[in-house]
Amino acid sequence: MQAEPLLQVHNLRKRFGGVLATYDVSFDLRQGEFLGIIGPNGSGKTTLVNLITGFVKPNAGKVIYRGRDITGKMPYTIAELGIARTFQMVRLFYNLPAYKNLIIPLSSRRVKKLRGGKYGEKDDTAIDLLDDMGFERDSFVPYKMAGSLPHGYLKRLDLARALTLRPEILILDELFSGMSMSEVASTMPLIEKFHEEGLSIVMIEHRLKELFRVVDRVMVLNFGQKIAEGSPVEVMSNEEVKKAYLGVDIEIA
Amino acid sequence: MAKESLKYRKKRLDRGIKARADTIFAVASYRDIFYLLMPRALPVVGLLILSFILEGYWGKVLVYACMYGLLALSWDFMASCGLFSLGQSLFFGIGAYLAGAMNHYLYLPPAITLPAATIAGGLICAALLSPVIRLKGVYFAMVTLMLPILLMKMIETTGVLGGTHGISSLSPFSNENLAAYLAVVGFLLCLFGFRRIINSDYGLVLVAIRDDDRAVMSGAINIYWRKTQALFVSGAVGAFAGALMTHHYQFLGMSVFALDYSILPVAAVALGGQGSFAGAALGSLILVPLSETLRALGGLRIAIYCGILIGSIIALPEGIFHYLARKYHQFERMVEGN
Repeated sequence: MQAEPLLQVHNLRKRFGGVLATYDVSFDLRQGEFLGIIGPNGSGKTTLVNLITGFVKPNAGKVIYRGRDITGKMPYTIAELGIARTFQMVRLFYNLPAYKNLIIPLSSRRVKKLRGGKYGEKDDTAIDLLDDMGFERDSFVPYKMAGSLPHGYLKRLDLARALTLRPEILILDELFSGMSMSEVASTMPLIEKFHEEGLSIVMIEHRLKELFRVVDRVMVLNFGQKIAEGSPVEVMSNEEVKKAYLGVDIEIA
Repeated sequence: MAKESLKYRKKRLDRGIKARADTIFAVASYRDIFYLLMPRALPVVGLLILSFILEGYWGKVLVYACMYGLLALSWDFMASCGLFSLGQSLFFGIGAYLAGAMNHYLYLPPAITLPAATIAGGLICAALLSPVIRLKGVYFAMVTLMLPILLMKMIETTGVLGGTHGISSLSPFSNENLAAYLAVVGFLLCLFGFRRIINSDYGLVLVAIRDDDRAVMSGAINIYWRKTQALFVSGAVGAFAGALMTHHYQFLGMSVFALDYSILPVAAVALGGQGSFAGAALGSLILVPLSETLRALGGLRIAIYCGILIGSIIALPEGIFHYLARKYHQFERMVEGN
């Protein structure tokens, strides 16, 4: 008998004008699972993330988290319950030093509760968290204005911001887009480490090689609909997926 | 190249007194200490001295300037979390009516009505505006513009709280100069308090809400609750100004909801510069005495006043304070080259 999934998505539907961005998508995420979501551009991946995290209200369907209906709740309520996300286009405060960006989640009720009220100076905590993320504390990097940092750092800062909440589910919306190979190579172990510590992760990604190496299960979207689900090998051998998305065979490393 | 193409240009250098963060300074001499303290001590000492020496008409102008200064500060505080208001007179009027009513109907002395109207005014303003807190930009501004007019018309038509005639002979302050001291001290406390708040982590979150509310929401911060808190603080400051004014003039009337109290604070912030509070304070300390000085010119007063305002906004869109601060913190010298 399997335990109830951590997150259940039932027939989620969203219409933008005449476009069905998400059409009756359902999936489950079990505790500690690493789920990948792939699909061509415009297939509704980001909309799905926005629907789950409350940034967009669905027209129909349900999102159940830990047996609780969180459909249409405010984004901050969902984040407080433990679902954190990163943004495809990073949303950071460029006129603040990098570490000050973490003050915002550190000021939340969730973090106060989890860290037990007293946790010293927020600034020190922020620098500690960034140090784990590869912003060496002894360098100038954590103190630099976020706007002056290279793209790879911004993506990792956004990741750090999401992880500051100590979430139970982390949703990564194309974290690796725009990152160099070496930046991806240095960020992936961090994500794997958090996964090994029990974090459940949903990862939307176009870099299939990197994705398939780490995920337990993959879901494929096309035109807002789920067209396949299963292990990377199963999904890649699916004819519909090949036709809709890849066109060519991909070697799985 | 030819010598005549050699040009001089201004080179600007920041004074290297800040170390790592904005709040940590490397102080090496008395000159550095003076350099840091002077801009902070100047308004404190200046205003306190003025409140002692000014009497009669110009004493009233000082109270008036501080009143508008408080409203401008309260406007700037709301604006720092993205709430742009055109209705500071709502806060002012609610504070005035609360203090006036408590004094007239309950016979409470100013020592009680002033703090009570401040707190209750903040709560009422936050409660009145919290339903529309999700509106942004001009939509929120429209509601704040309408609310004082709504209240004014309600008082006019129902005749409650003195109706169109208002309530006169309210208790004055025990000491003639007390109003001036209270206004100046309240104004300075508010100015430095707000500057401190906005530089704290709490203020950082407020400013972040203005810059990108979705990013703040993804950090599990209830932005509407934070905005409501900012409304309470702004409302309380505006209500304090209104309550003080009511007891100072010993009169309460519908004019406290007048458009002047909404527009002039915004003009003061536009003149002084937004986001620093010092700009709002400076702007109102310039605008109010200027408007009084021009009074001698009669009908042309408003025209000249508007001209000065438009001119300064076009010439210094960043605001007087930001311009002065920049000049104060930079060395400037001429160097050769392009």
